[in-house]
Amino acid sequence: MTQHTLYDKLWDRHLVDTLPGGESLLYIDRHLIHEVSSPQAFAALREKRRPVWRADANLAVPDHAVPTRNRDLGVAGIRDGLARQQVRRLQDNCRETRIPLIDLTDQRQGIVHVIGPEQGLTLPGMTLVCGDSHTSTHGALATLSMGIGTSEVEHVLATQTLRARKLKTLRVRFHGELDEGVTAKDMVLAMIGRLGTAGATGFAIEYAGPTVAGLSVEARMTLCNMSIEAGARAGLVGYDGVTEDYVRGRPGAPDGADWEAAVTHWRGLVSDPDARFDRDEVFDAGALAPQVTWGTSPEMVAPVTGQVPVPDEAPPGQRDDLRRALAYMGLTAGQALEGLPIDRVFIGSCTNARIEDLRQVASLVRGHRLSPRIRQAIIVPGSGLVRLQAEREGLADIFECAGFEWRAAGCSMCLGMNDDRLAPGERCASTSNRNFEGRQGKGGRTHLMSPVMAAAAALTGVITDVRGL
Amino acid sequence: MQAFTQHSGIVIPLDRRNVDTDAILPKQYLKKIDKEGFGAHLFDDERYLDAGDVDTPPAERRPNPAFVLNQTPYDRGTVLLAQANFGCGSSREHAVWALQDFGIRAVIAPSFGEIFQGNCFNNGVLPVILSQRDVDELFRLCRQAPEQPLTVDLAGERLRWGDREWPLSVDSARRDALLAGLDDIGITLERAEKIQQYEVRRRREEPWLF
Ligand code: SF4
Repeated sequence: MTQHTLYDKLWDRHLVDTLPGGESLLYIDRHLIHEVSSPQAFAALREKRRPVWRADANLAVPDHAVPTRNRDLGVAGIRDGLARQQVRRLQDNCRETRIPLIDLTDQRQGIVHVIGPEQGLTLPGMTLVCGDSHTSTHGALATLSMGIGTSEVEHVLATQTLRARKLKTLRVRFHGELDEGVTAKDMVLAMIGRLGTAGATGFAIEYAGPTVAGLSVEARMTLCNMSIEAGARAGLVGYDGVTEDYVRGRPGAPDGADWEAAVTHWRGLVSDPDARFDRDEVFDAGALAPQVTWGTSPEMVAPVTGQVPVPDEAPPGQRDDLRRALAYMGLTAGQALEGLPIDRVFIGSCTNARIEDLRQVASLVRGHRLSPRIRQAIIVPGSGLVRLQAEREGLADIFECAGFEWRAAGCSMCLGMNDDRLAPGERCASTSNRNFEGRQGKGGRTHLMSPVMAAAAALTGVITDVRGL
Repeated sequence: MQAFTQHSGIVIPLDRRNVDTDAILPKQYLKKIDKEGFGAHLFDDERYLDAGDVDTPPAERRPNPAFVLNQTPYDRGTVLLAQANFGCGSSREHAVWALQDFGIRAVIAPSFGEIFQGNCFNNGVLPVILSQRDVDELFRLCRQAPEQPLTVDLAGERLRWGDREWPLSVDSARRDALLAGLDDIGITLERAEKIQQYEVRRRREEPWLF
């Protein structure tokens, strides 16, 4: 009997060589590129006169710095001169190297981690990298996917390989049935709360157990997406019928005889029953309440029914960090999370801007209005196709009737590189993945939560337990 | 890559856990398409009291006197000392370019964000992992004598501060590459034939990938 984890199988399959010094050379099947982390890599290649190894293994899309309005104007619609130059540079680089580009005006444009799976360009069994830490998202399709830096982007462009050392494996099993109003976002936030932001550093996390088996691929992507917030470079879910149904018929998916052969191969992309993991963690998903972050690191999270911690009661080494976080967030020790007034709502990002997320939001806000306390609530779909689908299903009308702004696709207020940004002191209910100081705008205060929880906050104007609505 | 053998410099104490790359280099400065000039914006949100607009001329910026990089002698510091999980979060290599452009050659912490750590090596900035106890001791020492330089000796695998010494252990492959300032891509390309052979095999076995 073999005793391999899914991670072992993906690793072994992509091993090209071992380098002197012990690092491995891994073959990369798919490389995704965006405008922010790539220009310096292309410039270095040009300077050293190195060609791109395999242009068609790449896909580029502008998503990070693009505006979510005036999209019909294309690049000319980007008012910020530096962002415009960056997107133009991506276009030039792709033209020069023949790398396929989904451009700003293309209906398929969107957040790189949403469009890969959506286009069937993320396929089970692949290795996939991108100059972006949330590349872990793609592991939901039984791929080995990792975020890399710009020097590594250059390395992958030039060699189609990545230098790496093998990670340790952590299996996180969820059992129990999720309560109504509790989602994959709450599962992963609770996990980060327990493990800590560095708790899984050096590991690849495989999500398993009956609760995960019952999740859609979209929800599994939410789990894998935030693996990096626990320090893990990769998140994984084994291949099953749910994966198969998701991939079938996508533009980049194989068909005919290739499909049959692929599926036969893909069915082996699971950890063997007796596989050994370096570490195991178990969570009771049935006991979870909706989660909300209160601080400036994703590990600073509590059930919505809970309170902000009291620094004086924490271990001495953590008190300063807690005090600093509370001061930044404008909170007092021991304060209840429920009822905290919200200024802005952001529904979007590669964590939670897929069609299922939007359907959940719509089912809650249908026929209601934003609380007058909310200054602005924006919904930024993960891709142009998600946007189109939401319009077809009538979701966009529901959002607009409720008072939400319905925007074009991109990263937007997840990191605030475009105009969508918090002002100092503003408090935001956000479906994104990072609540770092200044992440959504200098002085902005981010509370991470699920899409339905953000929708609930939009309707009531305060942090609210969606289960009571 | 810039080679690294030995370096001595003033230690900048940043006594905080989980310093993320958003804090090291805020997003508004990620729009540049070259690697130059990021040092002026290292820790920008905290280093300046103004709003941090990209267009603000340097003369109009208002330094935050409470932030360590604006205090002497730390404004001349070249070794950064921090707490656990330094460089977590975003993969932006701009964070390392900012450290490097500011003049920082080594970062010492009990642990690092993994992508950040790799980015450091790839730019000739040395990430040094020390035990929590040693890090705490170094914080104490450096605060007592801020002008006393720390020597980071990669070739000799030691850290030295006055008459104190700590062993320095770095991944052997990374160490060799740093010492020689090796070109990673060049080395990988020496294996071009192996990569091609691999592609031929995969194309046969999983044709839908090509
Ligand atoms: S949506 Fe946010 S986390 Fe995701 S890729 Fe864009 S900036 Fe990064």
